[in-house]
Amino acid sequence: MKFAIRLAATLSVAALLSACGTNETDTKDKKAGSGEAEEAAFDRDPYPSTYKAYPSDAVLLRDATVYDGLGNVYENYDVLLQDGNIANMGEDLEAGDDTEVVDASGKFVTPGIIDNHSHLGVYPSPSVSGLQDGNEISAPVTAEVWAEHGIWPQDPGFTRALAGGVTSLQILPGSANLFGGRGVTLKNVLSRTVQGMKFPEAPYTLKMACGENPKRVYGYGGGRFPGGAPYSRMGNVAGYRGSWIEAQAYDQKWDSWEEEGGDMPTRNLELDTLRGVLDGDILVHMHCYRADEMAQVIDMSKEFGYKVTSFHHAVESYKIADKLAEEGICSSMWADWWGFKMEAYDGIRENIPMVHKAGACAIVHSDSDIGIQRLNQEAAKALADGRRAGIDISDAEAWTWLSANPAKSLGIFDQTGSLETGKDADVVLWTGNPFSTYSNAERVYIDGALMFDLERPDYTPVTDFELGQPGEGDVK
Amino acid sequence: MIRKLTALAASTSLLALSAAAQNLVIQNANLFDGETVRENATLVIRDGSVVAWEDGDTLPSGLETIDAEGAWVTPGIFSAFSQTGIVEVDAEDTTNDTSAPQSGFSAALDMSDGFNPAATAIDVTRIEGVTRIAVAPSLGSSLFGGQGFIASTTGEPGSVTQKRAFTFINLGEGGAGLAGGSRPAAWATLRAAFGDARAYPARYLAHSEGDALGRMDAEAFARAAQGNQLIMIAVSRESDIREIIDLKKTMTNLQIVIVGAQEGWLAAEALAEADIPVIIDPYNNLPGSFEQLGATQENAARLIEAGVQTAFAYFDDNSHQARLILQSAGNAVGSGVDHTDALQAITSVPADIFGVDGAGRLTTGSIGDVVIWDGDPLEVMSAPVRVFIDGEEQPLDSRQTKLRDRYLNLDENERPFAYRR
Repeated sequence: MKFAIRLAATLSVAALLSACGTNETDTKDKKAGSGEAEEAAFDRDPYPSTYKAYPSDAVLLRDATVYDGLGNVYENYDVLLQDGNIANMGEDLEAGDDTEVVDASGKFVTPGIIDNHSHLGVYPSPSVSGLQDGNEISAPVTAEVWAEHGIWPQDPGFTRALAGGVTSLQILPGSANLFGGRGVTLKNVLSRTVQGMKFPEAPYTLKMACGENPKRVYGYGGGRFPGGAPYSRMGNVAGYRGSWIEAQAYDQKWDSWEEEGGDMPTRNLELDTLRGVLDGDILVHMHCYRADEMAQVIDMSKEFGYKVTSFHHAVESYKIADKLAEEGICSSMWADWWGFKMEAYDGIRENIPMVHKAGACAIVHSDSDIGIQRLNQEAAKALADGRRAGIDISDAEAWTWLSANPAKSLGIFDQTGSLETGKDADVVLWTGNPFSTYSNAERVYIDGALMFDLERPDYTPVTDFELGQPGEGDVK
Repeated sequence: MIRKLTALAASTSLLALSAAAQNLVIQNANLFDGETVRENATLVIRDGSVVAWEDGDTLPSGLETIDAEGAWVTPGIFSAFSQTGIVEVDAEDTTNDTSAPQSGFSAALDMSDGFNPAATAIDVTRIEGVTRIAVAPSLGSSLFGGQGFIASTTGEPGSVTQKRAFTFINLGEGGAGLAGGSRPAAWATLRAAFGDARAYPARYLAHSEGDALGRMDAEAFARAAQGNQLIMIAVSRESDIREIIDLKKTMTNLQIVIVGAQEGWLAAEALAEADIPVIIDPYNNLPGSFEQLGATQENAARLIEAGVQTAFAYFDDNSHQARLILQSAGNAVGSGVDHTDALQAITSVPADIFGVDGAGRLTTGSIGDVVIWDGDPLEVMSAPVRVFIDGEEQPLDSRQTKLRDRYLNLDENERPFAYRR
């Protein structure tokens, strides 16, 4: 029932594999070379991040079992967090005088979990009409809207996700539209403002949607919404293609103005976003369940010269995992959701490990304010089901589904997503093996600052909404 | 141990499936019998039922013997609040019999009329160890959803074991909306319905309409209203829960179970005193609506601690994902519930709430619903290796495992995938 209401918007998180990396470089060069005309034309970052890491003391997590997020496991290992970064890792590290030493023997240390599919803030708790801000249903193409303009930073869901070890997350618009709008990546640190949560320097993303949702909302929405189309998957694809044709023309107009000058073209918010995709600045995350539809979208992306970063929900990725590996496209998946609508009918428990086995990029995502609290368990289920089907993946490898791969899909892997010296100290200390149902996140560090501590109630954030309510400060 | 069990399953499964109720012995079990856990236990199943066996007794000879080698053995898991088998694809109305918003009937809707044992979700649920389901309606056109039932998950015709096991009523925000727009409207309707049903059939002899219920609905609600059938009431907020407790004080013979109860811990003592059991989802820890601002992950632990009979369910998707009650129960353990209490909350407690004799336990006379596991059943990485219902071994495949097997190897060079079965 939740699905019908929230239109379970799946984005595809294409991992920033080699092709995307190249695009990023190109973009930077192009911006540098495009001169002051473009700078003067308009601000590309008008709602900039004001997030700043909170103060932290040096912390040495000692004698832990460590998953580095890159597929490696280290026993009796130390991790040193200093000045907001991972300062050192190794055996028997020395602790300075002002370093807090945490005995982590028998415990586990991992990179913070990154959820690349969340609607926290745009579909917050409580789920009341006044706070439903995740789908701009007014038209099938709303690439002009930005999720960050609908996020309510007082959503208690952020605090529960934090207690589940989530340190960064992508907030996406819903999947009612063909083009739903821009997504935004956040650090999971509570703030008075959305800007205060925005992940510094993270690229923008674009949410697109395949299949049933757009055609149901528009074609079968009883004419309540403008346009009528799409009524069918044919209409969906025609809708995307028509927009990409407009975007190409817009892109050329601006390119030639940037190179040759003259009258500045009129800005179009919708096409600004699509142009950003064509230029490789904005990453495409596309809600797509069925294998055959993903294949159509891959061809369309080649037709117009862009890349899909990740298919979201992707319950049939296991049917085309080889093709997804070839194309370097990620799949953002649930462990076991299925059957709630026709395009989810072929969901299986082994989707994630089968995608991984084919050499494609596998990501565990939530699309749920409950699921986001235990993504480690979702990975564990998929891992175990894969093993029973003969797919041998180690625990440490499986952690790539929870941090490194989603970080790549969001263009933030240079900063976070693995335990490597110099990266952001986004780190979770678990009470035990995080693939056990009984383990909890004991401490959650974001940029080295302790943001959650299971043992200390004053390290459990309470949003304004819960203040003075029956649940204030309770165990969550 | 895992490999050996699996091999055993493979070698005996054909035999097992050809027989009806088997006679067999399970030895060296780490046995949860519905109440407690016993190591090195022996279980005898004969003619579909459990014959308890004391250690040291001489075993009956000539029975198939399974050496569990210390593995967990539990009763079949009992899902206390599911919709499995009454919907194939939620969003496709033609396949969805969970509610009937256009119907003129309410309490008379018998959900077992919509049950399809061949629904794909039945196999999917069974192979995760869930052998018994209490199936409840969704909200329909009134605060009365209809009549829930009990079924096994064999997927065979006749697997509904108890029709009209309970009447489902929603008194929360949803029920208020359906009753006209407010809680007072819902309670007025409910009190009127009690009047109608308790006066059935007399009130309907002279004139055919009651204050709240039509004749058929009054007839359907009569048993519950007179205290002879369980009433399942969905509410979340503390004040709503206390109002139900007060209702039971005025009609002392009512049998009530509350489903939802996200703020149940705030009224735990009163619930225990009123002897009203609850069905909760231990995951609920968010103020998802204004009726559950007090939701906490410790709801389960606090209710059990106070002595409230507490069963667990998975509310988010209770048709296709009823299987996730095991994960729910495991998470309850992670939030302070005793492991044995959590096992009871998905076996013997729901069996007791619904009065299903012999389910949810493995003691003398229990029905032969048995699951042998490859690990702690409440760990997410564990799974059943053998499942028996009424003493009959069940297949551990589903449409999902067939899809998996078709695509495990993606080489399509010889023939299309459609030829692979």
